[in-house]
Amino acid sequence: MAMNLGFRRKAAKPNANVQTFKWSAWLGWQMESNWADPFLFAVYSIVKPIAASLILVVMYQIIALLGGGTDVGLFYYMFVSNAFFMYVGQVLFGVAQIVHDDREHYQTIRYIYISPSNYFAYMLGRSVSKLIITTFAVAITMAFGVFMLDVPLSIIGANWLLFFAVMVIGIFCIMAFGLALAGLSFLTAKHQGGMNEGIAGLFYLFCGVVFPVSVLPSWGVSFAKILPITYWLELIRRSLNLGVGMDSALAGTSTSACIIILCLSTVVFTILALAIFKAGDTVARKKGLIDTTTAY
Amino acid sequence: MKFEEYKKPSWAVMNMRAVFGRAYPRIIGVNRELSWVFFETVLPLLGVAAYVFVYKALEAPPEYIGYVIIGGAMTAYWMNVLWSMAAQMYWEKEMGNLELYLIAPISRMSVLGGMALGGMFSSSVRALSTIVVGMVIFGISLSLPDPLMFFGIFIFTMIALYGMGMMFASLYMLWGREAWHMSSLFTEPIYLVSGFYFPVKGFTAMLGNPGTWIAVGASIIPITLGLDGMRQCLYPGTMDGFIPVWQELIILVGLSVLFMILAKYSLRYMENLGKREGRLTMRWQ
Repeated sequence: MAMNLGFRRKAAKPNANVQTFKWSAWLGWQMESNWADPFLFAVYSIVKPIAASLILVVMYQIIALLGGGTDVGLFYYMFVSNAFFMYVGQVLFGVAQIVHDDREHYQTIRYIYISPSNYFAYMLGRSVSKLIITTFAVAITMAFGVFMLDVPLSIIGANWLLFFAVMVIGIFCIMAFGLALAGLSFLTAKHQGGMNEGIAGLFYLFCGVVFPVSVLPSWGVSFAKILPITYWLELIRRSLNLGVGMDSALAGTSTSACIIILCLSTVVFTILALAIFKAGDTVARKKGLIDTTTAY
Repeated sequence: MKFEEYKKPSWAVMNMRAVFGRAYPRIIGVNRELSWVFFETVLPLLGVAAYVFVYKALEAPPEYIGYVIIGGAMTAYWMNVLWSMAAQMYWEKEMGNLELYLIAPISRMSVLGGMALGGMFSSSVRALSTIVVGMVIFGISLSLPDPLMFFGIFIFTMIALYGMGMMFASLYMLWGREAWHMSSLFTEPIYLVSGFYFPVKGFTAMLGNPGTWIAVGASIIPITLGLDGMRQCLYPGTMDGFIPVWQELIILVGLSVLFMILAKYSLRYMENLGKREGRLTMRWQ
């Protein structure tokens, strides 16, 4: 007679990935937010993005005082793009950082791997909290711009349908980049700042975030035109009707053409990102790097 | 050799060994990890280049591109102080090294000093590469009519800055995830108030007296006056300096002494506090 040890094995649920996603999203939120009381967390969430935007404001104002070529449209261009670029900096880096967090910091990656949960679904869930916090930061920055810096965001003048559609595609694309970076993170040593700064810096430089793409040398313009983030930011500006027409490199590209390029490049980069993630995961396990620690 | 025959090294020799021992993995270990060299030196240049293009788009005077390059180079030291000095004790605690440091017969300051020396080396590689790229790609021209003053400003900025890092390290020692978030919080706001990408005098030009007070308040962070002093040395004759360079040097000397003393006392205080509250070996908070 079989002994009943009190364990009751549950049948694997068909929605196991959904469960993993849900609980890892909750875990991510707790990790991001419960280190401080809500007030301190709110201050932290507000100060950082506003300071980042104010750097550009001060740069612009100083040159304006010196009598430089400061078109106010250029200021709106910089402000809006810089605010939405937070998604790239935070979400992209946040997704990649999860690997190093789990592997080096909490050293839990081996336990996650041997659990029935799917690591890919887990990562998507964890990145949701980054997305929520970044959305809050972007909203605060835009509100700061509108109320304190007279950024003329018009509720009526904006094309909200285009805006939300572009946001969904753009965030999908950014998360795909994050997954590619996470795939590389399986194979690299612990990078606390360098990789974040570097990859974000690449997009910051080439995607027309704080200056028009047309300012770049011709090879830089060509490179910018193959990056989906360039079109994503351009579409954000067009949908909000802020800083439009400042970039001669993209002026000849219609909105529908920008959408098509954004969609196509997102599909290509997503396939590439999934391949990199899978390859990184496979190679790391083959080489025994999946739970390595690289602290110096 | 029997244990009794082993000649105990002097206190100074032991601490020198500790400094060298803690600096060693940062100098040798980092260069062994080639991906770190790439990520830490090449990629951060892209962010600095973006600010250069901002000034180009705004048609700023050419010296502003030099200001950005110098500021971008100094971000290497600030990032190093935040992540590899201040937050390092937190990491050491997480990895289980902290208790080994505490039971070793050496001064805690030697461990921190070793970290600082090793960190300065790797940061200098990144800073130099930024300056070289600035000169080669963006064609900035720097002149150095008073090298003694420039190196004086630089050296005392480093001493004060890493002294501040040592002080932060003792605070971070008892923190959990706050450490990570605090380092993150001290990035952009400090870039802003310390004038990494524009002369700090710009606050006065923009806001008048309140702007001056912002710059005065930011001067407690050694890199504010250090950056301003170095820019004045490298671009003599421009009117963007906050206060005269010699005054900045005196203040930096004072900050160096202040932060070293504060680091020593705060380290002792926080260690004792940690022992009383049993938080020195607490991990994964």
